[in-house]
Amino acid sequence: MRRLLFRRTLFGLFTLWVVSLVVFLATQALPGDAAQAILGREATPERLAALREQLNLGGSLPEQYFGWLGQLLSFNLGTSLAGGTPVVSAVGPMLLNSSILMLCAAVIAIPLAIGIGTWTALRKDSAVDHVTGIITLVLASLPEFVVGVLLVLLLATGVFHLFPAVFVLVPGEQVWSNPAQLVLPVLTLVLAVSPYIIRIMRATMLEVLESQYVQQARLKGLPERTVVLRHALPNAIGPVAQVIALQLAWLIGGVVIVEFLFRFPGVGFQLIDAVTNRDLPVVQALVIVIAIFYVAVNLLADVVTLAANPKVRTAS
Amino acid sequence: MSTAAPTLEVEDLKIIGIPSMAAIVEELSLEVRPGEILGVVGESGSGKTTLGLALLNYCKEGTRLGGGKVSVAGQQLAGLNWRQVRQLRGRTVAYIPQSPASALNPALRISTQLKECLSGPAAQVLERVRQVLREVALPDDDAFLARYPHQLSGGQQQRVAIAMAFTARPALIVMDEPTTGLDVSTQAHVLATVRSMCRTYDCAAVYISHDMAVVAELADRIAVMYSGRIVEMGGTAEVLSNSRHPYTRRLLLAVPDLLAKRPMIGIPGHAPSPLARPQGCAFAPRCPLADAGCGTVAPAATEVGPRHTVRCFKSEQPLPPLQLRNPSISSAPAAGRKPVIKIEGLTAGYGSKTVLEGINLQAYAGECLALLGESGSGKTTLSRCIAGLHHNYTGDISLDNSTLAPSSFKRTKDQRRRVQYIFQNPYESLNPRRTVEELILQPVTAVRGKVSNAREIVATALERASLRPDHARRYPDQLSGGERQRVAIARSLATEPEVLICDEITSALDVSVQSTLVDLLRGLQAEMGLTLVFITHNIALVRNIAQQVAVLERGRIVEFGEVERVFADPQHHYTQSLLTATPNFQLPDRLSTP
Repeated sequence: MRRLLFRRTLFGLFTLWVVSLVVFLATQALPGDAAQAILGREATPERLAALREQLNLGGSLPEQYFGWLGQLLSFNLGTSLAGGTPVVSAVGPMLLNSSILMLCAAVIAIPLAIGIGTWTALRKDSAVDHVTGIITLVLASLPEFVVGVLLVLLLATGVFHLFPAVFVLVPGEQVWSNPAQLVLPVLTLVLAVSPYIIRIMRATMLEVLESQYVQQARLKGLPERTVVLRHALPNAIGPVAQVIALQLAWLIGGVVIVEFLFRFPGVGFQLIDAVTNRDLPVVQALVIVIAIFYVAVNLLADVVTLAANPKVRTAS
Repeated sequence: MSTAAPTLEVEDLKIIGIPSMAAIVEELSLEVRPGEILGVVGESGSGKTTLGLALLNYCKEGTRLGGGKVSVAGQQLAGLNWRQVRQLRGRTVAYIPQSPASALNPALRISTQLKECLSGPAAQVLERVRQVLREVALPDDDAFLARYPHQLSGGQQQRVAIAMAFTARPALIVMDEPTTGLDVSTQAHVLATVRSMCRTYDCAAVYISHDMAVVAELADRIAVMYSGRIVEMGGTAEVLSNSRHPYTRRLLLAVPDLLAKRPMIGIPGHAPSPLARPQGCAFAPRCPLADAGCGTVAPAATEVGPRHTVRCFKSEQPLPPLQLRNPSISSAPAAGRKPVIKIEGLTAGYGSKTVLEGINLQAYAGECLALLGESGSGKTTLSRCIAGLHHNYTGDISLDNSTLAPSSFKRTKDQRRRVQYIFQNPYESLNPRRTVEELILQPVTAVRGKVSNAREIVATALERASLRPDHARRYPDQLSGGERQRVAIARSLATEPEVLICDEITSALDVSVQSTLVDLLRGLQAEMGLTLVFITHNIALVRNIAQQVAVLERGRIVEFGEVERVFADPQHHYTQSLLTATPNFQLPDRLSTP
């Protein structure tokens, strides 16, 4: 198992390296050179030279790449072109804000989805099951910004006026200082992520519930609670973990749109901002951060899947 | 036999399927006394598993109790509420499932699965678990208790399942084919364990099986099920020596004889599905004694001896003499025979793992070579090497003295035509989206291209496999298991092969069907001069079909020679142990001469 994990980690690092290569080459692919593209036609030669220096645009391609990679590895991400502040201090707080948003969504969505999935599997073909099936299908087919807009209409501006429609961060306060503001963004993400997990959980659970060992557990006279929690759930969780990982990885992409919709000060909002301002160092940093998140979440899912399988766990 | 009050009493039990409302089990009454083992014998679809589960008040999805009474240890199951049923299960009635590999939870340690059958102080529970493990001859140390099911062998898994059932000292044990899928030597151990456990606990047992030989060895009484009813029930000796129902008699004749003194004879036709059971006696369409009356009213159970009942109007009549299609083939080697398939120094494996080593074999023209071995002995790998399906081997396989390429892609079309393969499971080996006609033509067009007389080829192949011409238009799911395997045989015959490799072709099928298939193969062998390579784990079958046998143990041939000689005087201890572990099922003389 350790060897397997080690190999997966190596593979994850390899993926990150490929991402860094892609980010670097994408910068190179900008027409003319990056400095010209960023500063526009009216740039003075002095400013261009200064920016080229800052972006490591001198020297051959490999030289440029390894110079940039070295900076990346020492957390020296350069200076934001828009604000003039170091990228690390510009991205850091935003990353924290987004992490809180996603963490809230994940902590609510995962247990809820597993619970609903299991529950509908146990009540297969009942009215509850059918209704849940339809709702999850509809939610899964709606893009998250539609869900977000509908929620705003329903809970903020149209029918009820329960929560604010946009996020306003008072300077000096943290995002969690006013929890009511977090409700709609989190709810949108939960509704976007849960349907897939519910559906796969229900399908996996049904399969497990029909297995011989669940029948045997029932024939042993165990209480239904024990049958489901001890005998069925551990066997269903492995395949579901992979889907959860995919959903979490999607979250960081979905968060871009949701943050923009609610004007939430997170990485997504910042990414859009940085792209509009052609703030290249910030874009590079954010893309790398998102890639790290992707790899980490998938690695975590692999660990859970492997740990749920005693055959792998006990193999020396 | 005890005369105490019965532990289990079933009265007029009826179980129906939903939504078809067809009866799966009907008019079923039986009783089992403490310490008694009742063997329930029946073929697939006879309702025996449904009956077994009903004894624990459990209805599989799609079934429902339709009436009748079941009482265990004085408790009426129907009158119990949900909580009481839970209390009953595992404590009063325990269940040993068919396949322990799938009935033990793969994610839980065996200690967890054993301990949860009991309640009480932890130390006491653990002590009891250790005691039961010792009783089924398993280690009882902590290291063993901490194992997961996949860390146990098949035999150990089944003994854990037995231990699990006996932990709470139940009054009744229901066993559903607990030895199917186990090797004969493991099966012998498991059966001995079951017998001694039932004796130790004075526990009543219902042993469900399709294997008459096993039941005859184990059970005190036998109930024969057909189409959801018990057609005959009585003491084991009584049912074997004085069977009164035509189905029982034919079923006994279908069991292969370990000594091959009598031929095995199948029952023509197949058991009706629960959805299309005939009116009257369900066996009437296959019964040699049936008349018009049998097809209208179902016969009631009548007493024909002490605790011996039978459902038949003709229980007094003897069976008419049977027409034997093929008298036993002489097993003496013919003079001047030549090897068709010759294997020299074959070593094969998967990746770095070697599964076959130093195999030398010859199959002679027109003879049957049996490859006998337990699971994991490498017999299927060997047959796949011959067919060119497994090409990771070194050594030499030759067909008529010309060496075959390891991969079937590299063999000539004619070489491929001459060697055909029949797979184990006809439910998986036939493409469900093709008609029988298309299936049969596939290998023909593969080796000969487009043929002009396609219809003729299909007709001949169907006839050879004893199928009707109208089967050509059907799809596999419209056929019974036996018919499917015949289609697979017809498909392999369509290219006019010389060598037929049969990989456990009867193991997924019922005894009565198995016998008809073996009969068919022997006939084809004689008619077409086929050379058969017959892979099996069943010694009795080997004696009934093969002239030569190679016994495989862990990838090596430990014994090879004439069937008669090998079994009369086995040299290798492995062959000897196989022979002693196999239940020797012998019929009383009255029946054995049809």
